[in-house]
Amino acid sequence: MSVLLSVSDAHVSYGKVEAVRSVSLEVADDEIVTIIGANGAGKTTLLNAIMGVLPLKGAAAFAGIDMAPLDIEDRVAAGLCLVPEHRELFGTMNIEDNLQLGAFRIPKATAAKSFERVYALFPRLKERRKQLAGTLSGGEQQMLAMGRALMGAPKLLMLDEPSLGLAPIIVADIFRTIGELRAAGVSVLLVEQNAQAALKIADRAYVMELGEFILSGPAKDIASNQRVAASYLGFQHEGTSGI
Amino acid sequence: MNTTIMLFLLQDGITNGAIYALLGLALVLVFAVTRVILIPQGEFVTYGALSYAMLATGQVPGTAKLAAAMGVVAFGLDLFDARRSLRLKRVLRAFALNIALPAMILALTYGLAGPKTPIGVNIALSLLIVAAIGLFLYRIAFQPIAHTSVLVLLIASVGCHLALQGLGLVFFGAEGLRGPALSNTALTIGPLRFTGQSLAVYGLTIAFIVALWLFFGFTLMGKALRATAVNRLGARLIGIRTTLSGQIAFLLASLIGAISGILIVPITTLYYDTGFLIGLKGFIAAIIGGLVSYPLTAIAALLVGSVEAFSSFYASNFKEVIVFTLILPVLVLRSLAAPAVEEEKD
Repeated sequence: MSVLLSVSDAHVSYGKVEAVRSVSLEVADDEIVTIIGANGAGKTTLLNAIMGVLPLKGAAAFAGIDMAPLDIEDRVAAGLCLVPEHRELFGTMNIEDNLQLGAFRIPKATAAKSFERVYALFPRLKERRKQLAGTLSGGEQQMLAMGRALMGAPKLLMLDEPSLGLAPIIVADIFRTIGELRAAGVSVLLVEQNAQAALKIADRAYVMELGEFILSGPAKDIASNQRVAASYLGFQHEGTSGI
Repeated sequence: MNTTIMLFLLQDGITNGAIYALLGLALVLVFAVTRVILIPQGEFVTYGALSYAMLATGQVPGTAKLAAAMGVVAFGLDLFDARRSLRLKRVLRAFALNIALPAMILALTYGLAGPKTPIGVNIALSLLIVAAIGLFLYRIAFQPIAHTSVLVLLIASVGCHLALQGLGLVFFGAEGLRGPALSNTALTIGPLRFTGQSLAVYGLTIAFIVALWLFFGFTLMGKALRATAVNRLGARLIGIRTTLSGQIAFLLASLIGAISGILIVPITTLYYDTGFLIGLKGFIAAIIGGLVSYPLTAIAALLVGSVEAFSSFYASNFKEVIVFTLILPVLVLRSLAAPAVEEEKD
């Protein structure tokens, strides 16, 4: 397996406040990697910096190319795609237009295939393709945001809190779809507060606290780590378990 | 007042209103995509009109040289921006757009300008020149500060207006100019006489509105422009370059401005600074449309034109005062209807 994304010794700051300190991570081809951590740990900041929305100090390479001189649009062209926490859909345009714009950078013929693929992953979007994005429910908006990102046939999809504010049954649906992406040849970097669900589908995981990675390893090991279990999974190994 | 006078005034108002509608639409377009309130829209009108008028007398207008000079500056900026990853392809593309294109326009202008040049060629040359100026104006003045607040962009916009107006004085002199009419045919219906020129105004306005509607509704690029207007970050995240959207918006705005100018310069004498006032009336229509609504802007523009026509009949001294007063009730109503919003940080 070759390394798709590699970030080493990354720092991200807002003015004088350093939100991410000396973080290194790797995502390989066909891998699902998750970053879990509490609210405010710096997960979103890190994703935004990898995407180029925020300036990143340190080294970051994607598919072997140094990303420092690339702006957001170049990174998208290289095959990196972010589904941001607030989804950033085009609310006054319908589902079909949103998806079509997701394929803005790729040739028309490929876009037609992308449509089929996205509609197969999210049949709900096909049913409602003439509905305005702004009038969709939270779950449908998340599906549309992921669908729009997938339209551009990215190599690595970065998902920022896809389960945020969604009903449990829809969260299960979204996570099932993320699992299916691997089969489609898309790697995933998933940032989640819902650690339980994230660790279940991920191959590897990083645990972030106060801007730093405090743990990393195969998702199974992280899930069985006592400290992680206590802080993020909501139960304790010794004695009574409960939520 | 009798019906005939009323019809005359209405006709006059609608003709002017159609021009204001074009300018208002361009303002809404530019604001939606780039958040720039395009004060120099009026200069696009005068540059288009007076370049056309000068070409009609066989002279080469200074605007063609201005476009070439701005291209050189834009080329420099492009190279500076790309200094960290200076690839040959990128340099060649920048060269083609910023140096080769305006140089070709300049050469064409020198080659074709003459007292016997057909009107169509003159129009095409004027449009090319002003479109290039619009494109480079965005590249030079607005693209480097595209991320700043609306207020900063507005101040830059006022600066551009003053600079372009000053250059207009250099290129065209203080004397007003008039251009030849597009057609000398006329049509009489009842008491009203429609000149070919006013019919061209109506026709082109409608054609432009339909074309804009088709462009924004059905083409990928048009949708990308709308997407940029709706959500800048969302657009960037799927790879739509907001700089490209901005350039297209300015290109369209300068084209619309130049066409408006060419349409009115056979009807009224234009001076180097007339454009500002004309642009301002388009701006009133755009404000009535809330700087977002195209149909509302077009209707408001017809209203502005009609009010102008009637007030110039009844109280010509107060013509401008009455027209600009139209904006007050709209602003009051809008400020009451909409809660105060902090400007978005992005």
